[in-house]
Amino acid sequence: MNIVTQHIEPTEKDILYVSGVSVSFDGFKALNSLSLIVKEGEMRAIIGPNGAGKTTMMDVITGKVKPDTGDVLFKGSIDLTHHDEADIANLGIGRKFQKPTVIESLTVFENLELALAGPKGVFNSLFHRLSGLQRDTIHKTLETIALTEKVNELAGALSHGQKQWLEIGMLMIQEPDLLLVDEPAAGMTDHETEVTAELLKSITGQHSVVVVEHDMDFIKALESPVTVLHEGSVLAEGSLDAVQNNEKVIEVYLGR
Amino acid sequence: MTSIPKGPMLKFLTEDAGGKRLLIALAVLTVAVPFFNLAVPESSAFHVSTYTVALLGKYLCYGLLALAVDLIWGYCGILSLGHGAFFALGGYAMGMYLMRQIGDRGVYGNPLLPDFMVFLNWTELPWYWYGFDSFLFAMVMVALVPGLLAFLFGYLAFRSRVTGVYLSIITQALTYALMLAFFQNDMGFGGNNGLTDFKDILGFSLQEDSTKVALFAASGVVLILSYILCRYIVASKYGRILVAVRDAESRTRFMGYRVEHYKLFVFMLSAVLAGIAGALYVPQVGIINPGEFAPLYSIEIIIWVAVGGRGFLYGAVIGALVVNYAKTYFTAAFPEIWLFMLGGLFVLTTLFLPRGIVGLASDIKEKMLAKKVQKQADVKDEPVDTLPKASTEV
Ligand SMILES: Nc1ncnc2c1ncn2[C@@H]1O[C@H](COP(=O)(O)OP(=O)(O)OP(=O)(O)O)[C@@H](O)[C@H]1O
Ligand SMILES: [Mg+2]
Repeated sequence: MNIVTQHIEPTEKDILYVSGVSVSFDGFKALNSLSLIVKEGEMRAIIGPNGAGKTTMMDVITGKVKPDTGDVLFKGSIDLTHHDEADIANLGIGRKFQKPTVIESLTVFENLELALAGPKGVFNSLFHRLSGLQRDTIHKTLETIALTEKVNELAGALSHGQKQWLEIGMLMIQEPDLLLVDEPAAGMTDHETEVTAELLKSITGQHSVVVVEHDMDFIKALESPVTVLHEGSVLAEGSLDAVQNNEKVIEVYLGR
Repeated sequence: MTSIPKGPMLKFLTEDAGGKRLLIALAVLTVAVPFFNLAVPESSAFHVSTYTVALLGKYLCYGLLALAVDLIWGYCGILSLGHGAFFALGGYAMGMYLMRQIGDRGVYGNPLLPDFMVFLNWTELPWYWYGFDSFLFAMVMVALVPGLLAFLFGYLAFRSRVTGVYLSIITQALTYALMLAFFQNDMGFGGNNGLTDFKDILGFSLQEDSTKVALFAASGVVLILSYILCRYIVASKYGRILVAVRDAESRTRFMGYRVEHYKLFVFMLSAVLAGIAGALYVPQVGIINPGEFAPLYSIEIIIWVAVGGRGFLYGAVIGALVVNYAKTYFTAAFPEIWLFMLGGLFVLTTLFLPRGIVGLASDIKEKMLAKKVQKQADVKDEPVDTLPKASTEV
């Protein structure tokens, strides 16, 4: 167990424990001693101006970027900085990209098939046959993300909002314990945004969810605690009302 | 025909309409060409000359090489500009077997050493030539040497996440370095003359028509089997993961797939297929020399695949056959312009036929189908009395 000096000790109940994480790109500090704890089954909304480091934080948690300093622990004891992306995915962390990323030249069904929880090795995939149960899971997910009619269409032919949903579906079918969702409502209509918020709320509890979003109506609909990032560290934390009335937060958002 | 079970086991073949047609054409070719060479008298207009048989056999080897390249480039986005190296290594392994078969029939009559070693005043066979007197051993090496090199190269490159242009450049450097090495006389592979003057294979004289026909048929059979293998792979879940790596590598990692393993396996398989193509090629052309490692040849393979259509498998084979037929024709008729034509062909394909010949064919088919549907819809819309012949139709 790592010795943590500046913060509380991580516990098993903390699905995600980020402490004193700094990342710099060519001298520019994208994350500056960032600390954040997400409890098991909790949903956390993260807001912050452009360039605040929200996506970089997800890059660190998912192993895409190695932090210069700091600890990132999963389920209280797994040090994520020692694992790569594929490992971390298999440990139970799923991620939706800021720019919706689906496999454009595969069908909607095939996208879900690949994301499906299960063995991910080369030889398994060479001889893999979908079981009836797995097919059912895919079809259930298709219903949840309202893409049943598009099942055999190429993912590249979907609208922007549908791609967002497909990616959320891929995330859910991966059955991670922790979901990191980067700007899920971008490019969605008001109605789609509402439905997406409902969808994410419905999976909270069984899963822990971290959502990054700029759309305040969406954040409001999530009814979850909010963390405000600014220049690579946490500026404020609390209910949406509380942070919206926080002077430092107002200054940062108005000062832009 | 109906005895073939049409269950899910063969779905990967039955769903591939273009590939099915190619396989049938290859099967017919593999049977018909030997027949028209051996059974039809030379005086007949239907006789296929032995020269043509050898030429077609060479094309089939190129088709296999293009198939190997399309597997990694078309499906996994790995643009190898050094696949000629694996082809040449397979060719050298076969060449070493053929050299050992010469025995004491060489110019110097040395029972153990190939002529070029005697010429260099070598007194014993280098250790890495041991075993090549056995056909079986040589065939294992045909697959093992390219496979092992691909493993080492791929392990290092894919683990360090070298992709795109950088990967292409180092594959090109790989084949260039091997070319320079094989040009060295002290390497023990015949220097710039390479390996040649082969006498026989498995006891059959390479000068005999029947041997040439057998080699042609073997190339056809191997191409057919390799196509079926590649098609199985791209139609499996593994194949879809390759496409995912090609389209969104990062996404694939976050789904939990270890991308470097996926790339490494397909890269090795592709190298082995290229090696087998080289091994079939050498006895049919009668020589293997370091020129086969030339970077230009590796780039030519990419042109075959691009012209035929990348990412269809059968497109690559068709591209290799078409471009090489054109090459044979033009290098004989207008030798000085062939390279310009090849370059022009590549530019034109990239600009106007991004999906190659077979992509164009499927686009045209779709358009005609759409038109037909449109026409039928028009016919239905029109009132019956304006169609005087309608009543005569059943
Ligand atoms: N790979 C990189 N190389 C250099 N700079 C980077 C890299 N990734 C991010 N940055 C920089 O780090 C800062 C934080 O970026 P990040 O993408 O995390 O912000 P964000 O909070 O997600 O912003 P947005 O709301 O616009 O998505 C930005 O200034 C960005 O330019
Ligand atoms: Mg971002």
